[in-house]
Amino acid sequence: MARLAKNPAQRAYLKRMAVLMTAYIVILFTVVGYFNQAPRDGPLAIVAALLPAVPVIGVFWAIGRLLIEEQDEYLRMLLVRQIVIATGFALTIMTAWGFLESFDRVPHIPAFYGAVLWFAGLGVGGLVNRLTLGSWGQC
Amino acid sequence: MNNRLKVLRAQRDWSQSDLAARLEVSRQSVNAIETGKYDPSLPLAFRIAELFELTIEEIFDSPARHRSGAI
Repeated sequence: MARLAKNPAQRAYLKRMAVLMTAYIVILFTVVGYFNQAPRDGPLAIVAALLPAVPVIGVFWAIGRLLIEEQDEYLRMLLVRQIVIATGFALTIMTAWGFLESFDRVPHIPAFYGAVLWFAGLGVGGLVNRLTLGSWGQC
Repeated sequence: MNNRLKVLRAQRDWSQSDLAARLEVSRQSVNAIETGKYDPSLPLAFRIAELFELTIEEIFDSPARHRSGAI
């Protein structure tokens, strides 16, 4: 869970997240407006459709940088635990959903919800850290 | 891993934050080590030992010796 940053790695992470989240909102609204104006096709439409993914991918990069730059070994371990739990959480739900969807038991959902699940999984990982070790973790 | 960190810290009248600052780690790290929830790496164990001017064995109980009943 994001809390007040206390070391340089955490401060850099929060700055990167603020920039990436701002970029995501601006890009998403711009791209939605672009596609709402008229039917779009061709390479430009592909590039425009990919643009909102860039800051989301940037968040994965920012979390990776935090893992590399964090000098406190205990906080780094908490983050690793969060990432492992988030990955297992997201992959488990996506795998189950994929099979349910294949057999027409549930509706189709866009693949980018995998990222949403992973971010939710970081929260689950933080909760597991809090319950088992007494500290939430860093993101 | 059992350790004497809390006792050694109390003898010097240091808070967890004081010790964390001296070791250049977070207060959460000190708390986790003191409560036995986290075992420090060898480099951090050496830093702790050097700060208190003791050997690692004088601060941390060997889990193997503890299991065998030697401690």
